[in-house]
Amino acid sequence: MLPEDDLKIIVEKMGRQPNNVEQGCFLNLWSEHCSYRSSAPLLKSFTTTGDRVIIGPGDDAAIVRFGDGWVLALGMESHNHPSYVDPYNGSATGVGGIVRDIISMGARPIALMDPLYFGPLNTPKNLYLFEHIIEGIGGYGNCIGVPVVRGEAFFDERYSGNPLVNVVCVGLARQDQLVTATAQKAGNKIVLIGSTTGRDGLGGASFASRDLSESAEAEDRPSIQIGDPFTEKLLIELSLEAVAEGVVKSCRDLGAAGLAGASSEMASKGNLGIHIIADEVPQREAGMNAFEIMIAESQERILFEVEPENVDYMLQLAEKYDLNGAVIGELTERPYFTVEFEDKTETDIPIHLLTEGAPTFERPSTPFTVKKDPVPDAAGDLKQAVLDVLASHNMASKDWIYRQYDHEVQIRTVAKPGGDSAIQRIIGDRGITLSCGCNPRHTYLDPYEGGKGTLAENAMNLAVKGGRGLALVDCLNFGNPEKPDIYWQFKYAINGLADAARDLSIPVVGGNVSLYNESEEHHTAILPTPAIGVVGEVENVSAVPSSEFTGAGQSVILVGTTKAELGGSEYYNLRGSPNAGDVPQVPADMAAIVESLITTIRAGKVAASHDVSQGGLAAALCEMCGYVGVKVNLSEIAGDMSAEELLFSESHGRALLATDDPDAVSAQLGNIPHVVIGTTGGSSLRITVSNEHIEVDLDEIKNARASLTRLMME
Amino acid sequence: MTVAIIQFGGSNCDNDVLHVLQDVLGIDAELVWYKEEKLDDYEAAVIPGGFSYGDYLRSGAIASRTPIMDAVRKMADNGKPVMGICNGFQILTESGLLEGALTTNSYPKFKCEWSYLRVENTNTPFTSMYEKGQVIRIPIAHKDGKYYHDDPSLQQLEDNNQVVFRYVDENGNPTEAVNPNGSRHNIAGITNKTGNVLGMMPHPERASETIMGADDGLLMFKSMIESGRK
Repeated sequence: MLPEDDLKIIVEKMGRQPNNVEQGCFLNLWSEHCSYRSSAPLLKSFTTTGDRVIIGPGDDAAIVRFGDGWVLALGMESHNHPSYVDPYNGSATGVGGIVRDIISMGARPIALMDPLYFGPLNTPKNLYLFEHIIEGIGGYGNCIGVPVVRGEAFFDERYSGNPLVNVVCVGLARQDQLVTATAQKAGNKIVLIGSTTGRDGLGGASFASRDLSESAEAEDRPSIQIGDPFTEKLLIELSLEAVAEGVVKSCRDLGAAGLAGASSEMASKGNLGIHIIADEVPQREAGMNAFEIMIAESQERILFEVEPENVDYMLQLAEKYDLNGAVIGELTERPYFTVEFEDKTETDIPIHLLTEGAPTFERPSTPFTVKKDPVPDAAGDLKQAVLDVLASHNMASKDWIYRQYDHEVQIRTVAKPGGDSAIQRIIGDRGITLSCGCNPRHTYLDPYEGGKGTLAENAMNLAVKGGRGLALVDCLNFGNPEKPDIYWQFKYAINGLADAARDLSIPVVGGNVSLYNESEEHHTAILPTPAIGVVGEVENVSAVPSSEFTGAGQSVILVGTTKAELGGSEYYNLRGSPNAGDVPQVPADMAAIVESLITTIRAGKVAASHDVSQGGLAAALCEMCGYVGVKVNLSEIAGDMSAEELLFSESHGRALLATDDPDAVSAQLGNIPHVVIGTTGGSSLRITVSNEHIEVDLDEIKNARASLTRLMME
Repeated sequence: MTVAIIQFGGSNCDNDVLHVLQDVLGIDAELVWYKEEKLDDYEAAVIPGGFSYGDYLRSGAIASRTPIMDAVRKMADNGKPVMGICNGFQILTESGLLEGALTTNSYPKFKCEWSYLRVENTNTPFTSMYEKGQVIRIPIAHKDGKYYHDDPSLQQLEDNNQVVFRYVDENGNPTEAVNPNGSRHNIAGITNKTGNVLGMMPHPERASETIMGADDGLLMFKSMIESGRK
């Protein structure tokens, strides 16, 4: 049902009562999911333009210049609610949706990343969701031949009952072959190609715009789409062939709000109207009515605008690829969205009212108060504390996950998964580096610093591989915005992210907002989760440092300043005090640290490099000890910090570099704080902190880090 | 010579093989859509990996029944080299060009990782440039890669030297621990009796440039091209 206020506006603007089909179109297009009603004013704080940005937010995907005539397409989406109701199909179609957004720009999808957030794996239900969400992503991505090259898997109680599935897709296109969703010319034909339309996914957009109820599994199953990656793969190849042929005038994938959404948005962007003959839509089921045909979110469908003389070419292409293709309408001068079905006019809506008429507003906000936990006592056994942090599922090796993804198809993946960021070659030695995720616990305790830290941390992941951030996309996952304290989290996380993006000169080129992530079953809202995906450029993919130590006798340099910042840390969480302490503050000279690291890495004197973040220095050192150990002394940087603070603080802007030439690296780092803390070698990690000595064998590290894999393989 | 790379709906390593043949080795190669019925102009064929027909029904089952496979069979009968990688291997067993079957991995999930292979037979058009017993590194990526063949037949396969690649550890030992999918006898790749049709689960095209981690797979394509020229 349309809210009373919305109906009033519609009646006033249309000068009449909308009929049922029209009301259904408004209900879906004016949903939070499609119209960003309570987020649009806040999203204005993002800087969305830059030297390299060709197309920013608003199209199917953003376009960023790579060089030599090539551009990158970038998009990010969530598929949270469907993945709770049907984890395999929900996550699979999440991949499918964002991939089609990339195709719709005329780009070939070349990489995926998936930041995922789950309830802890100590209940059968959470295990089930985890296992099948991973399988759904793999099942879809592997089949269409797009490698999942990086991700994040984060576990916390507050994602029980509402896991998050976010997907980033990167595409590659020739700049002169770009296609947009802006319709070009009245009289051009609209061709629908891909799967048939059925009753699956009815009302998905409005389903995504409310809380998840306990009975969602049964009640909302009809809102879930079923994925068909085989058809998607055919659609990729068909689209790229049609685009290369130059016949595609504009293009839009069918996602939220189905055919009604895609067709009206295309026309509206071009200041045109559109006339759809719903009878012409290839249907999977008998007896569908106009509303169902227009709103169904059946997957693997794309709309193409072509000139009348190219209709035959498109239909023949559909036949080549064994896909359904049909001319379902045309663009009109009259700026109305009209749908005809069984010789009857079903809708006649002013098009801009439908696509842009939803009122947006800033909601009331009040600070979210967190009840602080006491600071835990000293650890006692420091070695055990290190192993516990490593074995926490948030920190453990994710190889059980990424092994299920074909991360090497398309032979671009230079750095295998598990390191700081993905490295994909693009042309010759030039490539891109990709990172994704956020820190929900930091954001929960301090939304502003959490938002800011999200980009700082991802930019560091790129920088330690010599990558300079080009652009970012976000997926802002929050609870119910109608609650003032949730809206406050949302607002301040956005502000923090926006400030960091400006400071680091990385424009925010697109994204998605997912609100109402609350579980009636658990009476919880998710942690504020401003996940992002960042793409950077790498000059020489064959000269990127390893994420693990590569040989003995190298000096290990700690870059950045370690402060007593354990708030929201993995260590405090494991000690049962997730809400103790203050979260890390992004240092004022963050941009200088990032820039200095990029220059230093590119100079080629660093053999291994790793960002220091979650789990602190202890975790970062362990992660670098794959085959070669290291001996470090932290006494020099201790100041008045405790051993726990030194080892586990998650202060931003830090990295570990291993080098044969510490003087050269030190000179390159210049006045960025850095200190040699040790030397590689041996078969263990040895840390001296004041008068404490910890020694952890490489096997113990490996064993601790295998906790997630062990759990899943049992 | 020109190599045909057969493209089915859902093939997804087609462009990767094309890249290695064309850009790395400088060989003429063409993508051939499965609706073509003749392959007379080609000296060799590669059936690349992927998910032909989405692996619906059974991996490789639908592709094996397309008309282009008759043309592939004709090439095989004429002694031309035919190489099936991953899904290509599944298609070759489904079409009867190779013996045995590929079933779901013993741990029934997709597995993408690097493996060591031992070259068991160098007397084939695909392995002539390797040394017998050489251990090479090539990645796998599959869910249905567990090679199965009946008992007397499996021994015949071994006796005929049709087992070309076996999963081994880095020292060349075919242990249970390094068998990634539960294949019988750690089998990673086999040929037909005459040796000109090869099927293998690992992806040599992903190990054909050092930047990708290893170039051990390149010799396979080079061997094939050499033999195709003869």
